[in-house]
This record gives sequence, structure tokens and C-alpha cells, in this order.
Amino acid sequence: MSTQLSTPVNRQTVSALSQSKGEPAWLEELRIKGAELAETLEWPTPEKVRISRWNLAAIGNHTSQTRISSVSELPSSASELAAGAQAGLVVQRNSTSVHSQLSAELAAKGVIFTDLETAAREHGDLVQKYLFQVVPQDENKLTALQSAIWNGGVFLYVPKNVEIELPLQALFYSDDAGAVFAPRVLLVAENHSRVTYVDNVVSEHGEGAESLAKQSIVEVIVKPGAHVRYATVHHMSANVIDLTVRRAVVENDGIIEWVIGDLHDGHTMSDTQSLLKGKGANSDAKVISIGTNSQQMSLTTGAVHFGRNTESSMVTRAVMKDQATAIINGITKIEKGATKSNGVQAEKVLMLSPKARGDANPILLIDEDDVKAGHAASVGQVNPEQVYYLMSRGISKKDAERLIIHGFLAPVVSEIPIDAVKEQLQRLLERKLEG
Amino acid sequence: MATQFKIDGLKAAIEGKDILKGINLEIKGGEVHAIMGPNGTGKSTLASALMGHPKYEVTDGEVILDGENLLEMGVDERARAGLFLGMQYPSEISGVTNSDFLRSAINARREEGKEISLIKFIRQMEGKMKELEMNPEFAHRYLNEGFSGGEKKRNEILQMMMLDPKIVVLDEIDSGLDIDALKIVANGVNAMRSEDRGFLIITHYQRLLNYIKPDFVHVMMQGRIVKSGGPELAERLENEGYDWVKDELGIVDETVGQV
Repeated sequence: MSTQLSTPVNRQTVSALSQSKGEPAWLEELRIKGAELAETLEWPTPEKVRISRWNLAAIGNHTSQTRISSVSELPSSASELAAGAQAGLVVQRNSTSVHSQLSAELAAKGVIFTDLETAAREHGDLVQKYLFQVVPQDENKLTALQSAIWNGGVFLYVPKNVEIELPLQALFYSDDAGAVFAPRVLLVAENHSRVTYVDNVVSEHGEGAESLAKQSIVEVIVKPGAHVRYATVHHMSANVIDLTVRRAVVENDGIIEWVIGDLHDGHTMSDTQSLLKGKGANSDAKVISIGTNSQQMSLTTGAVHFGRNTESSMVTRAVMKDQATAIINGITKIEKGATKSNGVQAEKVLMLSPKARGDANPILLIDEDDVKAGHAASVGQVNPEQVYYLMSRGISKKDAERLIIHGFLAPVVSEIPIDAVKEQLQRLLERKLEG
Repeated sequence: MATQFKIDGLKAAIEGKDILKGINLEIKGGEVHAIMGPNGTGKSTLASALMGHPKYEVTDGEVILDGENLLEMGVDERARAGLFLGMQYPSEISGVTNSDFLRSAINARREEGKEISLIKFIRQMEGKMKELEMNPEFAHRYLNEGFSGGEKKRNEILQMMMLDPKIVVLDEIDSGLDIDALKIVANGVNAMRSEDRGFLIITHYQRLLNYIKPDFVHVMMQGRIVKSGGPELAERLENEGYDWVKDELGIVDETVGQV
């Protein structure tokens, strides 16, 4: 392995890690396989962003945290993000899951909502069936390494025909920059089930904290007729490198909705993809991002149409400040045989500084004739005519620009299905835009 | 004190080309002035220069509103001082609803902590929209986005009504309006006529002046006001066109700054 990781990852270390967690043998084997794959595979190479130059080796050390019985035991900045979770809540702090709770009503319906480590021990058959099936271990160094070192995480299993009204929530919280922070989420929605899942990924490291490369991988399995809404907000401090891969497999007539707030302050690789395997499968992805200071971001959304009559929609809106860079890729791929499918995407970047950079790259790869596809991409600045118009009504220049910037993000923010997430996003947007 | 508005020797240029060659005009509260003239004579430049559009450079002159020199103020300060410009081509702003925008504009005139209450604002806005026969849904639409020409103009008048300015400049507010919309817009303006408000209506058709009766009519050519009179001047222009004015003044090409 070319990079020297901050903590060694090999057969011996991950085997010891697995045993210390009391994991089943199959999982230990998979972790070992991941560690060995990581030694030969290369880091992913997203368009125009050389992530290999980032301090990816700073994965931290495995630490352990004591469990808490209530979120009030967390620092207030973290606990308020978990407030109001009525249906269920899973909390990870640094390398360890510290809390999980699920309403008795949902538990009685057979819903499983706990950290992935616990699930691997208690629901081994289910976890083994799906883990690493959507994002395979051998794709690249990131998927391999993450499969070896992952910790805490979430396992959400929704049985057939169970519809969950209130969102299930997770909080991934890091307040130790020296601790491995690698949550893994596995979400399985059985036939005709319905669920909304929301997570927050946050850090509190203080001034001058060392670098931490956080790796997280999300796998979602949407069975026939199921409907999954996945909302996630990332807002960690600048010393954290956020490497996140999210992927859903959607079967016949299933629906996946992604709502992603990449409001992180550090380097970011965020890759979200829907594999529309079944006929009539549907994916809708909405991403907002704000780049500040000298952060570099690679934001990718993708939809691959395999089934007939599949539909995908992807919208990304990013505001770039200071010297921030964002490369925004939208990849719609329609495979041969996916007739009557429709894929649309739009990436828009608003530049607030001459030193910022924003590229929008819509990519359509179409191997079938009988389809529809559309894309739109734009990179622009705040329009001076619009500022003039608002000012001509007495609104100050600063407020005029703020209205225009919020207006730019509004088409995504206003569509967010969960009010609490919407409000929190608004607060974070305000903070990043003003800061 | 009734509003006093005075434009004195105003000259303005765009991209180095002189367009306004010295405009003098005085408007008192309660008066309606109309500026007429063919295209390309500097009418819209006058409107934009008064408001402070960044593309227009004022090279000489003064504009005084109730003792304050507007030309020393930023665009937003001019608006808060009481100037309103109903624009010929209002901007479309995606993601900003009409009502959020208007509430921001009203609150910009109020001190912090004394913002208009939401209920009061909504009641006012709904009332004015009804007067202008606007679909209530337009309150929640994004500002001018996807509005027809006529809807945009009505929306300009709505803003004028809500902001209660001292001097109203309407730049070609009648363009793109059918006769019904024109009447509605004119009624809106007439409802706002008062002793402490002056109007400057820029148009090249006399049609609008059938519904908004001006006290004074001015003809603009070559970046200057070349002729002034009462309402009868507008009627003569409608009937006879502009050629007689040009003949009378020995003007061959009435335009200014054209390539």
C-alpha cells in the first residue's frame, strides 16, 4: 500500500478489531478481505479532483466510548440535533455506537433499527445477506478500506408492508479527531414498505485539531413497491475530510428519494447513485452545497437505468465562496433494454467570489433509443440586474444578495420533505453563507 | 410639507456615450407629469439615471427630493428616501417569493424590531392585489418568474401601492398591456394620486393618458425636454405624431446615442 495509514490496516489488526467487538466469523472474514483488497486497490479518481492529494491516511485510531442512556448526556450541540426523535434514534460517537432506541410500536411490527455492529451480532442472517452487496468491497481502495475498518453505523430493516410515518434518525458525531470515524449504513426496505430516514454527520474538534479522513458508505435496498426517503446533512469542521459513497438498488416500482446537504467545511467527496434495476423504479436526488474557504469538493450524483419505464431526476445547487472549488458531476446512464425510461438532471453553481471555482458536468450515457433524457447546467454569478431591481425597492445590497442566494437554493430546500431537516438546513446555510 | 422634486441640469452617459443632455423638471406633490417621445430619445435613460442604475453614469446636475440630493445616494437609499421606479423590464428572481420580497422591501424602511407584522402585511397585500385584480396565488409565486408582460406590470403597481413612495416614475408601464389591464393599472395609479405624491409617467403612446390625466406633458428628443404643455399637447401628439414638433424646432434626427 502506497499510503501509510495512521493506524495499520491488515489481516492481524482487523481480525483483532473484529474479535474485540465479538463479531461473527463471517464478518471477521469480510473485514480481512477488505483489508487485503485495500493493499492493492487505488483510491477512486473522480473527475478533476485529485483526492489522492488529500490526507486520506489520517483515518485515526480505534477508540471506544461509553454508552449513554439518553442524548442529554451528549454535548448540547450534538444533542439538539437528536432532539425530537420519536420513532427511533441511533447515535454514534467517534468509533462507537453509544445509543440506540426504537419505539415499541415499530419494534412490534418487526422493524429493526440499531447500529450495524449490534445488528451483525443479533440479526446476522439479514446483515450477511445484504452487506457489501450494493457497494462491493473490491471497487476501489475506499470501498475496501471502509469495509475493513467501519464502525458503529446503522442497520434499518423495514418488513413487508410496514409504513413508518415519522422519520427514523441517526446522529454521527465526532469529537475526537484521533478516532476512526467510519459509519456504515445498511437500509433494507422490504416490498411495499415505506420509511424516512434522516441523519446528521457532525464534528466538534476545536481549533488546530489534526486531520481526520472520515469514510462512510451507505447501502440502500429498495424492494418492489417500497419507498425510501433518505435525508442527510453533513457539517463537520475543516480538518475533516469527508469521503462518502451512497448507493441504492431499486427494484420494480420502488422509489428512492435522496436529500443531501453537503455543508461540510473540509474537503469532500460525495458520491450518490441510484441503480434502477426493476421496471418502473424511480429515483429523485436533491443536493445542496456551499463551498467556503479553500475547501475542495467533488459532488457526484448518478442514476443508472436498467429496468423499463424507470425514471430519475437529479438536481444539484451549489454556492461557492472564497477560494472553494467544486466539481459537480451528474451522470445519467441508460442501459440497453431500459425502454421508455426518462432521466433528467440539472446542476447549477452560483459563484460569489472571483477566486472560487465551480464546474458543472452533466454526462448522459445512453445505450437505448426509446428513452427520454435531459440535462441543464449553469455556472454564474449573482446577476447585477437582479441586485439593482431589489435595491430599487429599498432593500440593501447585502440583503438583496442574500435574497438572491437563498432564492437560488430554494428550489431544493423548499422540496425537503421533513420540516426539521429543512429548518436545520436553513440554519446551516445561513451560518455558512454569513461566516 | 408637500413633496418637492427637482431635476436640475441632469446629464448622463452610458458606456461613454452622452444620452441625457441637461434635463430640467420640477414636480410638486399632487402633480402628474408625462414624458412622451419617440423611441431612442433618452426617456428610459432618464428613469434609470434617477434610480441609479449602475450602467448609467451621471456626469452633471442635481436631483433634489425634499431637500435631499438623490444623486449622492445608493439605489436602495433613493428608494427609502421616497423614489419609486416602475420598470419597463422588471427582473425575474427565482426562489424569492413575491411576498417575501415585498415584506423585505417594507421592512427595509422600518427600524429593526419594528418590522411589519405578518398578519398586517398579508392583509395589506391581499387587499391591494384584489384592487389590481391579481390572482392571490401571485403572492407565493417567485418574483416575476413566468409572469406575462401584463402580470409583471401589475406587480410593479402592486409594489408601488405597498411602498407608498413620494415620487413615482413609471417607465413605459403601458407597454405590453391590453386595454383591460391598462385600465386596471391606471386605476391603481389614480387611487394613489395625492397631495404628497408626484408622478412622472414615461410613455410613447397617448393611450395611457386617457386613463391617467396628466397635469403637464413634456416631449423629449435628443436627450432634452424640447417642449412642454398641458394635456392638450398629448392629444395633438396622438393625432399628428411628432413630426410637427421636429419641424417647429428644426430637428432632423430626434434620437440620441444611437449607433
